[in-house]
Amino acid sequence: MDGKLTQINGPLVRAELTEACIGEQVRIGKLNLLGEVIGREGSTALIQVYEDTGSLILGEKVEALGHPLSVELGPGLLGQIFDGVQRPLLDLVQLSGDYIPRGVSIPALNRDKKWLFNASQTLELESIVSGGMSLGTVKETELVIHQILVPPNCSGRLIWLAETGSYTLNEPVARIKNEQHTEDLLYLSHRWPVRTPRPFNRRADSIAPLITGQRIFDTFFPLLKGGKAAIPGPFGAGKTMIQQQIARWSDADIVIYVGCGERGNELVDVLESFPQLIDPRSKRSLMERTIMVANTSNMPVVARESSIYVGVTMAEYYRDQGLDVVMVADSTSRWAEALREVAGRLGQMPVEEGYPAYLASRLAAFYERSGRVHILGHEKNNSDSGGKDPVRKDQGSVTLIGAVSPPGGDFSEPVTGHTKEIVQTFWALSKELADARHYPSVSWTESFSEYVAVTADWWVANVHPDWLKLRAESLSLLSQAQELMRIVNLVGPEALSSEQRWVLEGADLIKEGVLQQSALDEVDSYASPEKQFLLLQMMLIIYHQGEKMIVLGMSVQALKKLPLLITAKRCKSTYSSEQTENLKQFIIQIKSDFQKYRLEYTQELL
Amino acid sequence: MIFKNIALNIRRSYYEGIECEEINSERTRTVRGLEYRQASAAHGGLLFMHSVPGIAYGDQVIVTDHRNHKRNGQVVQISGELVTIQVIEGTDDLDLERTWVRFLQKPFQVSLSTDVLGRIFNGIGKPRDDRPPIVSSLKRNVNGAAVNPAARAYPKEFIQTGIAAIDGLNSLVRGQKLPLFSGSGLPHNRLLAQIVRQAKLLGEESNFAIVFAAMGISYSNALFFQNNFESNGVLGNVVMFINQADDPTLERLILPRTALTVAEYLAFDEDRHVLVILTDMTNYAEALREISTEKGDVPARKGYPGYLYSDLASIYERAGRIKNRHGSITMMPVVSMPSDDITHPIPDLTGYITEGQIVLSRELHSKGIYPPINISPSLSRLMKDGVGKNDTRDDHIRVANQLFAAYAKAQEVRNLASIIGADELSEEDNHFLSFARDFEAIYINQDEQQERSIYETLNISWELLSILPASVLSRVSEADLARYHHWEGHPGNP
Repeated sequence: MDGKLTQINGPLVRAELTEACIGEQVRIGKLNLLGEVIGREGSTALIQVYEDTGSLILGEKVEALGHPLSVELGPGLLGQIFDGVQRPLLDLVQLSGDYIPRGVSIPALNRDKKWLFNASQTLELESIVSGGMSLGTVKETELVIHQILVPPNCSGRLIWLAETGSYTLNEPVARIKNEQHTEDLLYLSHRWPVRTPRPFNRRADSIAPLITGQRIFDTFFPLLKGGKAAIPGPFGAGKTMIQQQIARWSDADIVIYVGCGERGNELVDVLESFPQLIDPRSKRSLMERTIMVANTSNMPVVARESSIYVGVTMAEYYRDQGLDVVMVADSTSRWAEALREVAGRLGQMPVEEGYPAYLASRLAAFYERSGRVHILGHEKNNSDSGGKDPVRKDQGSVTLIGAVSPPGGDFSEPVTGHTKEIVQTFWALSKELADARHYPSVSWTESFSEYVAVTADWWVANVHPDWLKLRAESLSLLSQAQELMRIVNLVGPEALSSEQRWVLEGADLIKEGVLQQSALDEVDSYASPEKQFLLLQMMLIIYHQGEKMIVLGMSVQALKKLPLLITAKRCKSTYSSEQTENLKQFIIQIKSDFQKYRLEYTQELL
Repeated sequence: MIFKNIALNIRRSYYEGIECEEINSERTRTVRGLEYRQASAAHGGLLFMHSVPGIAYGDQVIVTDHRNHKRNGQVVQISGELVTIQVIEGTDDLDLERTWVRFLQKPFQVSLSTDVLGRIFNGIGKPRDDRPPIVSSLKRNVNGAAVNPAARAYPKEFIQTGIAAIDGLNSLVRGQKLPLFSGSGLPHNRLLAQIVRQAKLLGEESNFAIVFAAMGISYSNALFFQNNFESNGVLGNVVMFINQADDPTLERLILPRTALTVAEYLAFDEDRHVLVILTDMTNYAEALREISTEKGDVPARKGYPGYLYSDLASIYERAGRIKNRHGSITMMPVVSMPSDDITHPIPDLTGYITEGQIVLSRELHSKGIYPPINISPSLSRLMKDGVGKNDTRDDHIRVANQLFAAYAKAQEVRNLASIIGADELSEEDNHFLSFARDFEAIYINQDEQQERSIYETLNISWELLSILPASVLSRVSEADLARYHHWEGHPGNP
């Protein structure tokens, strides 16, 4: 169905186009620009265009493509970098040079590459297959076994399954006869519309924490696999660094990084550094488990809106294979601003700060695509594989972490406000901490996590039974110190008793020895749960031992001069996560040192 | 939407009016070759006219007024019946009946050649220096195209500006965009001139160029820079684009794009390392607000349009490096913060796009410190990969972190001292006070003509850190302390 262009207003155009569905993709004009129908008024279609609309001429042809914005899902996604409509950017460089051209359509996945398909040993011909079932596997990278899934909305009798061997994405690997008695060909990849969540069997409870190796998160404000978190922070608070740390170190199977309206140079940093980074567990390059979606701030605004959905759809696809996926979206504020820009041009009534009324519901619907689920089709195959097929877990998860960039650092603005109501883990970044170069600048007073009780079970089972106690104790120490600082700021430190001044020192120990973590320091960049626990334990032991000394009458000044204090603060970058024995040794030494001090001190007194 | 209908009505009444007049006279012809005379309304820099076939969104337009003066315009909106043209020189004085509009059927382009060096242009690339226009077969759309992120190269070559507060704490690297957040009356122009004078790459004689884009600045400021370039003998490497405060406002919207198209040409075709100075982005954003209000766009914050972020990004993101090309574009925009408010939309959105910011402080300025760089909110995001062992010195990052942390602590102590009095402070706190005083007077403060090498800067850093005992210096390593720290208790303290 062809139509005619009737109005052009920035990224928004109108066309005489009948029989176009809302959400349908269109191609516009000689330039062949890609757009999406977002509304209909009689025979007029409102179209948002994913590319710059400069040089479009009124009356040019508009062609409806008959399908909504969808992404290609199959082997070859990992290690790629896509734009907001899933065009592979590395291939685009080859095709058309350093600048992004318009109107180019290029398949997301390589058509020529042959993949070694291991056909399922347990699927029988003539059996009924349905959406989500696995037809076999492809080893996509050294880290990831890729399950070839029957598309979710597809089912029928399996007539033919390809033998184990090498196939390109253009060659079918199975044939099924559907209920209408026609035959469908299944390939290594399939397409899925990005605005429709992929179906699953049912939701499951999230039980395991996402270990990021960052102490302020894992120990203080944990996130679960399948949870949703937000990182709000004014500019310069270190948001980007934190997200990169999560993408680097978190113990997920797949990481999807969506740079949505972000800086080009920072994206290049990720692009250049990730291939060189080694996954701490598998010792392989991190790119083997990473997909990137990049829409820098100068790329078309409408593709910024879609980039988030492109990312989360790929995340759901890997979830459906039984994997734990983390998607980091930087930043959802830019996404909301893209919504606002389009709404503004549509002349929709603005509600808060120019944002459209549907901002909150769109945000909630996006975050709701996270979660841990029992995956579709798992119970129907693999149930008695008997080790013939690679194991596919019956649950998978999508963890969503969205950065928020509140204008002027004001957390009461609409995007931060709505996000705060939706997410369960809130990592609030503070400009004051960042200005004092306290990194990660996560505020321990404004942040929260609703997952502490669940994660406590995991810590108790895997690390130490005292975890919850130590966590609570250190948080209370920090808040006591904050209270005392208020007094100090009013009347000066002289007004405090020795015990109170030692509380301030104790809080400093926790801040400098535990909370502050340098992403740039090789050793400190990642801390295993055990190292995290030991560091926390160490600081609290020093604090408690010090308390006893103060009761004996030792001055805070004298205590502060003890060399072990500064050594303890440096432990985080002295001993790596493998050297926890040294940390334990040091803790023992601290105890005996204090024993010694106590003796010396009491003797002096005598 | 409403004004469009008004415009249509105006057009209709105009036609109704002329129907009674003589046919075939010059007054009733609406087409003259490729020119049209159907303008129906004009206000606030926008000209509305009946749509004609074949015109494209973003096309350049020449508007000829009744005095036969030519103005430049651009198609900013097309609907079935009406085309909206943004007239760069403004719509004042336009007589609709006697205004002719010619569509050039191409977007705004600028002619490119190395002859641009040493020249002065206005916002659309016309000479302002009484010399002939640039003639070249190479013309490019001023809007440029987005660089494919996969084709970018990561900036990591340290630029030594000779200014301690920048080199030591907020290092600039080639291909970075680092704005100066300033305020009225602060010496950002002097600082920029000093940077232009001193900036160099360690151990390299570079093939550089400066693109200077001035939007809505005063004549005296424009002259200041011009004289400065001249007295440094760099004028032959400078291209200036100037729109003065009394020049047309809308020209400010296209000026940075013209300037950056020239910068891209110099960097990526001619292999030059280009430093782009944009001053002042606040004037740019205000011009954008002016036209968006006129167009009837829904305002977001403080009346600025919702697309201010995307629009600013389309300018700032043109800085950078590209793989396999030798040149680079480093950008230093000036953003004056309205009433010194860093949360105002313009500095705020700028901060989210640029890789850090250098913030000038009125407080330091009034203490007589030059450059008055307030280091606490200042930041360079690309510093981490541009400094250190192979680039400057191994301890650079740690020293910078320690200085930041110590100065932050010193500020706390200052606040405390202002409440309880300096006499009540502990010995350690007094060290911090002396540190802060010396840090401002010796480290931040430097002469306008003084050029400090990065090694000098680092050595001064250690002089200052030596005011503090080693026990409070947890950001530097033991090895650093052993090598550079020489604390013997501070003079003046028992």
